[in-house]
Amino acid sequence: MSPASSAAQAARRRSAGTAAPKLAVPALTAARRPRKVSTVEQTLDNGLRVIVVRRPSVPMFELRLAVPFFSTRSTHHARSMLLASTMLSGTDRHDRHGLATAAGQLGAEIGLSVDPDRLLLSTSALATGLRPMLDLVAEIVTGASYPAREVAGERDRLVDRTQVSRSSAGVLAGDAFARRLLPGHPYGQALPDEQQIAATTATQLRALHRSLVRPEGAVLVLVGDLSPARAVAAVQAALAGWTGAAEVSPAKPVPLVGHLPLLVVDRPGSVQTSLRFGGPALPRTDANYPALQLANLAFGGYFSSRWVENIRENKGYSYSPRSLIDHARLASTFELTADVATEVTAPAVLETLYELGRIATRPIDASELESVQQYAIGTLALATSTQAGLATQLSALAGAGLGTEWLAEHPARLLRVTTEEVAAAAHRFLAPQRLVGVAVGDAGQITDPLSSVIDLA
Amino acid sequence: MPATATLPSLSFELIHHRLNNGLQVVLAPDRRAPVVGIGVVYDVGFRSEPQGRTGFAHLFEHLMFQGSANLEKLEHFRYVQASGGIFNGSTHLDYTNYYEALPAHALERGLFLEADRMRSPRITAENLQNQIDVVKEEIRVNVLNRPYGGFPWLMLPEVLYTTFPNAHNGYGGFEDLTNATVDDAAGFFDTYYAPSNAVLCVAGDLDAEPTLDMIEHHFGGLRKRRKPARPTFGEPAPTGELRREYHDPMAPTPALAIGYRVPDPNADLHVYLASVLLAEILSEGDASRLQRSLVQSQRLVNDAAAYLGTFGDPLEERDPTRLNISARYSDRAQTEQVIAAVDAELDRLATDGTEPGELDRVKVRLASIVFHELDQVVNRSLEFSKFQTVFGDASVILQLPALLAQVSDADIRAAAARLRPDSRAIVELVPGGAR
Repeated sequence: MSPASSAAQAARRRSAGTAAPKLAVPALTAARRPRKVSTVEQTLDNGLRVIVVRRPSVPMFELRLAVPFFSTRSTHHARSMLLASTMLSGTDRHDRHGLATAAGQLGAEIGLSVDPDRLLLSTSALATGLRPMLDLVAEIVTGASYPAREVAGERDRLVDRTQVSRSSAGVLAGDAFARRLLPGHPYGQALPDEQQIAATTATQLRALHRSLVRPEGAVLVLVGDLSPARAVAAVQAALAGWTGAAEVSPAKPVPLVGHLPLLVVDRPGSVQTSLRFGGPALPRTDANYPALQLANLAFGGYFSSRWVENIRENKGYSYSPRSLIDHARLASTFELTADVATEVTAPAVLETLYELGRIATRPIDASELESVQQYAIGTLALATSTQAGLATQLSALAGAGLGTEWLAEHPARLLRVTTEEVAAAAHRFLAPQRLVGVAVGDAGQITDPLSSVIDLA
Repeated sequence: MPATATLPSLSFELIHHRLNNGLQVVLAPDRRAPVVGIGVVYDVGFRSEPQGRTGFAHLFEHLMFQGSANLEKLEHFRYVQASGGIFNGSTHLDYTNYYEALPAHALERGLFLEADRMRSPRITAENLQNQIDVVKEEIRVNVLNRPYGGFPWLMLPEVLYTTFPNAHNGYGGFEDLTNATVDDAAGFFDTYYAPSNAVLCVAGDLDAEPTLDMIEHHFGGLRKRRKPARPTFGEPAPTGELRREYHDPMAPTPALAIGYRVPDPNADLHVYLASVLLAEILSEGDASRLQRSLVQSQRLVNDAAAYLGTFGDPLEERDPTRLNISARYSDRAQTEQVIAAVDAELDRLATDGTEPGELDRVKVRLASIVFHELDQVVNRSLEFSKFQTVFGDASVILQLPALLAQVSDADIRAAAARLRPDSRAIVELVPGGAR
C-alpha cells in the first residue's frame, strides 16, 4: 500500500472539516402496520392451554411447551437441571438414539431447558411432521423413563459442565450477583450445586417428573405453516392421554434487597473485571413499565445509549456493555453487565455511576425519547417477524398471563410515554443508591482503586 | 421414511443487477412482514490481511461504524436504531459483512447509510485508537479471560497451514493491532472496499423497481475501482500428523481439536457437500456417531463436535478450508484414547458406510436448518449476498435441498476415508485451571 493514498488524504481533509456539502439522510416513509397476529386458543380437557398461529413463511413450524416448574425445595435446582439433561434419554417406546432419530427424520432436534419458573421443550420441524412431532412430545411427557445408565452418564457430564461454568468470569459474576440481589430465593442462584447433582438418582428424577410434568397450567405454542383448527385437533388427539395437575409449590415472596456496597469476588489472574449492577424492576403488567423499559434503553439497553456511547465508543473500556430488564414470574429485575480491562475497572465504575446518577436525576431529551420509542417498537416487530421469534415471544408472554393483545397494544403504550415519566421511572429504579453490585476480577489489583470511587463490602 | 422425496423446496424470487461501478445487487422481495434486511458483503476477510497487521480486517470492520462521508461518529448506529432497526457486522476468513434489519419504511435510509460508508468511512486517529481499545477488550472477553476462549479457531490454523494468510491469528496480536495506522486503513479501504468487490442484497417488504432506482441513486455515483485480484491461497495438505500443545490457564479440563483439509467447495460442490453431511453424521444431535460412541457409550469425552470452516458455517469459505473435530474430556492421560476413538468412528464410516435411514435423516435435518435460517429477513440478505460472493450465485442456497439429495452413501464413505491420520493437525489444550 502506498503510505499516503488518495483516500488517506481525503480522510484527513474530512477530519479537518473541509468536506464537500453534506448529503441529507433520507426521511422515513409512511410506516406500514405489521399484520395482525391472529391466534387460535383452546384449553384442552386435561388443562393444557394451546395457542396456535398460522405463519406460512417457510415450510416449518415452531413448538414451545412450557411447564410450570417452580419449587422452593433446596434440591430443586440441581434435580431440575439433571431432569432437563436426561428427559430425552429414553421413553417407554424409544431409547435415546431412537428418540433422536425419530425427531431427526422430521428435520428436528428437541431442546430442553429449565429455569426457576418453568421447564421448556422447544423444537422446530418440517410442517409435514406436525402430528408425528406431537406424538413424540406426548411420548416424552407421559413416558420419559430416565434409564439408570443414562442418568449416571448425564450426571457426570452436568457436574463437569457446572465446573466449567464456574471457571468463566461471566457466569461467576451472574451467580454472585443473583445471590446478592435475591438471597435465599430460588431466583438467587445461577449455578446448581455439584454435590446435589452428584447425589441425584434416577428414582428421584422419575418422582420429580411425575409430580411436576403435568398439563394443567402448561402452555403449548405452535407457530408456522399449519392450519390452526387442524393443529388444535392434532394436539387434542396426541396429548389427550397426558393428564393431572402438578404438585405446585407456593409462590415464595421475593426478597427486596436495597442498596448494598459493591462485592469484590477474587478471580486471580483475571485480565478483565466482570461488573454486574442491578436491582428490582417493574413487571410488564405495571402501568409504569413502558416508561421503565424506555429508561433502561436510554441508559444502556441499546447501542446508541448513554452508557454504551460513554464507556465503549468514547473511552474504549468495554466491548459489549449492556443493560436489560429481566422478567421472571415473581419478580422483574434491572441488570447491567460490562467486562472491562483490569486496569480501567475503577474508572469504568465511576462512569457507570455517573451515567446512572445522571439518568436518575435529569430528564432525557425529547430526541432520546423518540429514538428509544422507535427502537422498542421496531425491534418488537422484528422479533415477532419469524416463526421462531413469535413462538418464543408468545410462550414467554403466556407465562406472564399476557397474550397477543399485549403485543398489538404495546407500541401505542410506548408512544404515550413522556420524558417526565421516563425520568420518574429512572429515579425509582436506576439510581445508583438503589442498586447492588458485584465485581469479579483480580482482587489484588482492583480493590484499592475501586475503594476510591465506591463503598466496598 | 423416504426423506429425500418429501423435502420441500423454498422459492424466493431473486432479482440480479449490476451497477456501472461493478456493485452486484440481489433483491429478494417478500411482502409478508413489513421489515427489510440490507446486507453488504465485501469480498475480503482476514485471510487477505497483510503480514504485520494480523487482526486488521476485523479492526477495519469496526472502523466502518465510526461515521462516514456525510455522518459524524455515532450517527450511523443512531440512525439505524432511531428508525427501529438493528445492525452489526462480522469478519470471516474470506469475507466481511454488514447488515441492517429495519422496518420497511426505513429502507431508503438504510441504503443511504450503507452507501455512505462504501463512499468513505470516517477514519481518524482518534476513532482508530478508540476501536483498537474496543477490539482489545473484545479479545480479552472472548479469548484471554475465558476458559477455552478462541479454541480451536485461533490455534488450529497455525498448525494445519504453513503460509501466513491461512495460518495466522485472525483476531490479531495486540502488537499488530497497536501498530495499525490511519494510512493502513485508507489503503485497505481503497483496495478491498471497492463497489466492484461487494455484493448488496436487499430482502423483504420492497418493490423491485423503485428499490433498484434508490440503489442506483445512492450507490451508482460511488467511485469505480478495479476489483482486486484474489490470490489462490492454495497450499499443500500436511504430509504427516502435526501436533502442538496449547496451554489455557483458565480451563479446568483438557480438550483437543483435530483439523483435516477437505476438497475445494468451489471446484466440486457435490464432493464438498459429502463432507458437510459427514460432519452432521458425526456430531449433530444425540443420534450422531461421536455422541453415541464417545459421549454416551464409552463415556470417554464430555463434549464432542465436528464442523466445517472456521466458525461452523460449512458454506462460507473457499479453498483451503477444513473439517474440525473437537472434544473435551476429563484427564490428559486419555488424549491418545480419544484420538483413537475418533479414528475408529471414521474408519467405521469409511468401511461400512451409513446405517439405513441415517443419511436421509441428516439431509432432512440440514435442509430444515436452512429453512429455519431463511425465515429471518436479515439472514436472507446475508445468506444471498454471501452465496453470491463465495459461490458466484445467490440461489445456490435455495438449491441446497436438491444438491444434498444427490449425495450418496458412497460419497460419505469417500469423505470419511479422506480424513487420514497421516495428514492432519492436532492441538491439545492443556488445562491450567483448578478443577
